[in-house]
Amino acid sequence: MIMRITITLLMVALLVLGIVSWADYEFWLMAPSPSHYTWWWPEEMSTLGQRVDNLFWLILVMVTVMFVITMGALILAIWKFSAKREDKAVFIHGSHKLELLWTAIPAAMLLVIAFSQMSTFAAMQFDSSMQDEDGHDLPVLCEIWGSQFDWRFRYPGKDGRFGTNDDFESAYELVMPMRDTEKDQDKKMVVFLLRSRDVLHSFFVPHLRFKRDAVPGMTQRIWMAVDDEQMAEIMGGREDKTFDIICAELCGWGHYKMSGRVRVLPDAEYEAWVEEMTALQFGNS
Amino acid sequence: MSDTHASNARPGMGEAGTTRTSHEHHELGFIRKYIFSTDHKVIGIQFMLLGLVFFVLGGLFAMAIRYQLAWPWESMPVIGDLLFPNTGQAITPEFYTMLFTMHGTIMIFFVIIPLLTGAFGNFLIPLMIGAPDMAFPKLNMFGFWAMIPAIFCVLMSFHQPGGGPAAGWTAYPTLSTIESAAPGSVSAQTWWLLALTWVGVSSMMGAVNYVTTIVKMRAPGMTMFRMPLTVWALWIAALLQLFALPVLTAASLMQVSDRVLHSGFFTPTNLVINQLNPEGAGAAAGGQPLLWQHLFWFYSHPAVYIMVVPAMGLASDILSVHARKPIFGYKPMVYSMSSIAGLGFIVWGHHMFASGMNPALGMTFMVATMMIALPSAIKVFNWLGTLWGARIQLTTPMLFILGFIAMFIIGGLSGIWMAATPVDIYIHDTYIIVAHFHYVVFAGSVFAIFAAIYHWFPKMFGRVMNETLGKIHFVGSFIFTNGVFYMMHQLGMAGLMRRTADPYDYETYAHLQPLNVFITISAFCLFVWQIFFVWNFFHSMFWGKRVGRNPWNACSLEWEAPSPPGHGNFDHALRVHRGPYEYASPDVEEDFFAQTREVESK
Ligand code: HEM
Ligand SMILES: [Cu+2]
Ligand SMILES: [Cu+2]
Repeated sequence: MIMRITITLLMVALLVLGIVSWADYEFWLMAPSPSHYTWWWPEEMSTLGQRVDNLFWLILVMVTVMFVITMGALILAIWKFSAKREDKAVFIHGSHKLELLWTAIPAAMLLVIAFSQMSTFAAMQFDSSMQDEDGHDLPVLCEIWGSQFDWRFRYPGKDGRFGTNDDFESAYELVMPMRDTEKDQDKKMVVFLLRSRDVLHSFFVPHLRFKRDAVPGMTQRIWMAVDDEQMAEIMGGREDKTFDIICAELCGWGHYKMSGRVRVLPDAEYEAWVEEMTALQFGNS
Repeated sequence: MSDTHASNARPGMGEAGTTRTSHEHHELGFIRKYIFSTDHKVIGIQFMLLGLVFFVLGGLFAMAIRYQLAWPWESMPVIGDLLFPNTGQAITPEFYTMLFTMHGTIMIFFVIIPLLTGAFGNFLIPLMIGAPDMAFPKLNMFGFWAMIPAIFCVLMSFHQPGGGPAAGWTAYPTLSTIESAAPGSVSAQTWWLLALTWVGVSSMMGAVNYVTTIVKMRAPGMTMFRMPLTVWALWIAALLQLFALPVLTAASLMQVSDRVLHSGFFTPTNLVINQLNPEGAGAAAGGQPLLWQHLFWFYSHPAVYIMVVPAMGLASDILSVHARKPIFGYKPMVYSMSSIAGLGFIVWGHHMFASGMNPALGMTFMVATMMIALPSAIKVFNWLGTLWGARIQLTTPMLFILGFIAMFIIGGLSGIWMAATPVDIYIHDTYIIVAHFHYVVFAGSVFAIFAAIYHWFPKMFGRVMNETLGKIHFVGSFIFTNGVFYMMHQLGMAGLMRRTADPYDYETYAHLQPLNVFITISAFCLFVWQIFFVWNFFHSMFWGKRVGRNPWNACSLEWEAPSPPGHGNFDHALRVHRGPYEYASPDVEEDFFAQTREVESK
């Protein structure tokens, strides 16, 4: 009897924990934290972030339903059928109908999830998402270089071409323009080249829901974009408007400190920054 | 525990029947019997002890990892002087990379795989199909002895200039292939690769044996569809090994070649490491780091199923015995395990969604991965079906299996987020992944292993483990396991990356320390709690209550043999008449209808 109560309570506790954490995420927003960060993910600010998050919520709903049904059934079964009884258990070997049912329903749910994500993934990673209407590649803002254990950003300078002598480099801080939503609706994405000098690294920006390995020997075209309204809403009141870049792939003993920051500037300020960097680099000559 | 079969007497012979075990007519010296044994049962127990010893080592590594995450770089009280005399009693960054690399390596290759396929595969397969031994007993012995060079290599790898291997259990190039890239890549990595290769040799010999034994050596009447699900599961896992292992072996040797002969399978041209062009890399480069990832995961995704399918089999058997009810949907169980195995070969790319692989390929892997969640779901539903209407006996093995089911549900469901590519881009390599695979591998497979040890201990040693201690062990383990791994989902949601020695300098992570302290304390408790198991295990081995052949009143063949079975296993001829799960059958008075029992009218 003690064991019967104990195991049932343990299972109920797990069910409650699951429901609290999956169905009522606001719970985690109240976690002790001196900053804006919670025990939930950082606010999304990219143009795609909303779609990623929605997908997450869709899965969350389905998974929670499945979790509650299965855990509920498990708890009920444990409680009901572990009572002392003298008669035999039910002698049954299975049921075709039930098998069909519990194959078809989850299969349908999984297919829904599978298909509802395809367009988002395509937008994230397919080359075609980094081209203009005529199929030309969009210009590259800068090269992102990973090396043990820092991030460096090589800009083509004012002429927009790499390998000319107005190229300049920014270490630690990736500066990118924020495009005006109204004005540049379809040109908001900013394209980068992602490269590594030595070992694998991974360029991770939690706020932008972006992550991609930097692979030595490979040059990858990637894109990110900040939703200006979203950003204004989230960062508006904050003094420091930059956010973290984190290395997400083991790259050696210093992996843990391979950090950087993203600074997003309105077009005009971005141009000014380019001027300033150019002057810094060539001012004396 | 029933007394009906409390003696080792042959069923049907009455209490006075001779308990003739083959010990008497087959005397071997100690060395032949326990050290260089060809007896599958002894080899199984050897694997079990090996796995449990390494479990302690892997567990200690985990504790050190947890200490660092809760209190980074702080000197360790008491043991700090002993372990880190030169670095202020504290873990160094280099040491930390070695810790998680070797924690993963040991747990996977020296604990879970040896315990599931080595220990239970060996011990149970011949007994459950009614065979006197494996098809190739000598090969079986070599299978165990191949673990010795593996252990030698893995121990050597700790004692290399620069320290132990430090490229993660995934050993991604070029970190792993270039000497100047990491201290552990100077020479430790080569030993690590050799260790892996020897583990592969061991698994391969085991797999050949299991497949042959199951196909060729079943007792009369034991058709494939009368085999216990454990045997099915081990057969499927062995097939997975046979098809996947050659790829890992080839890949490991290619990596050894890159490191030692400076070939360039995985090393591209023009690297600059520590301001230097590494030697070797320049010589014959032009390789592809992604090639390793494909080869590695082509093995290691099936490997995660090698680590869970046998556990599913064990769970099904134990569940049915202690629920006193036939397993629900025997054939769907077999088919779902088979489809897990089949699909398991075409989902490896889900570990590479963020790797820079062609995204069109990623899309294909995504759909296959979604589909592989289906058979896992079907298995869970069938376990629930088995429980419904059962007469559940809350014995220790049963408790661990119930825990297994509950936590496997969590691990399986979190897999769905990871299969969804855009979401996985965010959670890839975060603590959500760590939570996911610990729910399936620790809370899943290890709980099933515990259950199996409690369940088959009487068969192994002729004595039962103490039930009270077993229950205490379960309750604490269940609570602390969730204490450790559940909150890792939250860390992962907050974006915390795995393998990060000191996360708190990042603005994003600064507030996560209290959560990590909580997890670390739970982990210490979990570790210490295992004392109940260790004590129970060794104490019961010598002083536990003696039992007869069939203490659980189970139907399958292993319970026909004496406990423990002698050389040659069975002391009477067997003929199988029915499936292994005829509990609660109305055809007989007892609530179990043994597989061998002659049909008699009611
Ligand atoms: C229900 C079906 C499952 C699905 C859909 C699934 C999906 C995934 C995916 C997509 C990943 C890669 C995540 C990432 O790195 O971004 C992953 C990682 C992993 N899974 Fe599963 N999984 C399932 C069940 C299992 C089971 C049963 C096991 C083992 C017993 C397992 C063990 C692992 C391990 C060990 C890793 C991490 C490997 C590493 O990066 O070190 N998974 N899973
Ligand atoms: Cu890194
Ligand atoms: Cu996988």
